[in-house]
Amino acid sequence: MTAMDCRGGRAIETNVSAADIRRLVLEESKRANVGHIGPALSIADIVAALYDRVLVISSPDDPERDRFVLAKGHAALALYAAFHLRGWISRETLATYCADGTLLGVHPEYMLTGVDFSTGSLGQGLSVGVGMAQAARMQSSTRRVFVLLSDAECNEGSVWEAVMFAAHHRLANLVAIVDLNGQQALGPTAEVLDLSSLAGRWSAFGWDVQEINGHDVDTITATLSGLDTRIGQPHVVIAHTVSGYGVSYMERQFKWHYLPMSDEEYQQALAEARVLG
Amino acid sequence: MRASFIKTLTEVANDDPRVMLLTGDLGFMAIEPFSEAFPDRFLNIGVAEQNMVGVASGLAEAGFIPFCYSIAPFATLRPYEFIRNGPVHHRLPVRIVGVGGGFEYGTAGPSHHAIEDIAVMRALPGMTVVAPADAPQTVTALRATWDLKGPVYYRIGKDERTVIPGLDARFSLGHAESLRPGEDMLIVTTGSISVEAVAAADLLNAEGVSAGVMTVASIEPAPVDDLVGAMAGVRAVVTLEAHVLAGGLGTLVAEIIAERSLGCRLRRIAVSNGACPHVGSTAHLHQVHGLSANDVIGTARLLLAST
Repeated sequence: MTAMDCRGGRAIETNVSAADIRRLVLEESKRANVGHIGPALSIADIVAALYDRVLVISSPDDPERDRFVLAKGHAALALYAAFHLRGWISRETLATYCADGTLLGVHPEYMLTGVDFSTGSLGQGLSVGVGMAQAARMQSSTRRVFVLLSDAECNEGSVWEAVMFAAHHRLANLVAIVDLNGQQALGPTAEVLDLSSLAGRWSAFGWDVQEINGHDVDTITATLSGLDTRIGQPHVVIAHTVSGYGVSYMERQFKWHYLPMSDEEYQQALAEARVLG
Repeated sequence: MRASFIKTLTEVANDDPRVMLLTGDLGFMAIEPFSEAFPDRFLNIGVAEQNMVGVASGLAEAGFIPFCYSIAPFATLRPYEFIRNGPVHHRLPVRIVGVGGGFEYGTAGPSHHAIEDIAVMRALPGMTVVAPADAPQTVTALRATWDLKGPVYYRIGKDERTVIPGLDARFSLGHAESLRPGEDMLIVTTGSISVEAVAAADLLNAEGVSAGVMTVASIEPAPVDDLVGAMAGVRAVVTLEAHVLAGGLGTLVAEIIAERSLGCRLRRIAVSNGACPHVGSTAHLHQVHGLSANDVIGTARLLLAST
């Protein structure tokens, strides 16, 4: 895919697909024998849209690149897959996921090329994104800041501190994406701490709110690319997703927040994800 | 101290456009010189200390040097994990400015007393911890540290007028300031309570005890060599701090004595009698918690008598 630089720069050749991200997530989760597969599959389409066609990043160390903070850090494997597909890390490096001494842990570490800020503790990423957006404004830069949160992360009071600040200061260059998969660590969000209506809550706090299908890459891309990030309210895109999307036995099953796959489960997962791709 | 801090910060900001001041909606009659001089680099975040540190982390990532101002417990304890995962982990030049170290907000009650801040901030790897003793030293300390690469915690007081005799605005990162020499014993102290240590030393010297005083503004990096040099020559050391016993200056001194195998005897004077329900002036609370000059003298006499 060729990403036209919506900020007026040059076009960038990219080849990041959700199908490849899913395949890499499954391969590396199996090899490392670790969990957090469900959350990574949940955001695969969002991450594909961002790194294929939305984020303007001529190189990961360009100070004027768009920033991305994966506030829900536990889905970092999907991010690493995108970095590999962008050519920033090799397949060999990706294959060190969760190995001794690697920078590629379950949660993203800023020392790894491509990671703009380390995360892992829910409720902190949006505040950092707010600071990044405020900095861009003060530096008269057109760079934008995207922050991907989980829905359960919105349990954290600090998220709403950041939400209020961004709205008050009308940080139009800040885009939050909420991965609304309805699952949290110990059960459905509706049963643990009901967030509905999440769109209504963000709207009441002064944000521009859009709700989309978080597994339709074209819709995600069109929505994120169509936002006015120069003036106005900050934006939140509430992406309706399915935890474990693409692997039937993982979908909406919160145990796949934790479990690694058996050999049979792995073969089935790969086959199903391939069909989806 | 806080007025001198803000005045100096405003001067620094005049020379460097990276310097910003953030506040958690506190600092009436203190922060105005900065906010009026540089409204574009001043942000009242609101009563939201976690967001203040998160926003500061994002600003620092883009090249700014944000100073996050609040009353010390709110500046340190509420956003502690944000400080740890943000500026500390990423080695960003975020500054945490805690006003009212110890019992300076005495009548405000325990919620406003900052008596654990040194312990928790010095536990963070790479965090510079600076606790000036008076306004002139605050100016020197800020000028010496404002542009350090990593994060800094400033523990400052409200008192602008009290000047510590013999300090003469000296500050050097990684060093301690000797206020007077002593051959029999040394009192090691930090922050504005240094004035009590000096008063105690005066009375002890009048009794014929040669008592030196050293104040430590550079808690981290710790002034190890200066303390070793001063403590090696005396038989007794008393530490005095407006802070709990665990993890503060007394702990730091004990670590040095133990690891350097020094022969001096140590007594730590710190807050050790648990939560105190009543309020009062700073001086009153120092007395309640056994932190007055008289308490230092009593402890010193007993310690010297046993050596």
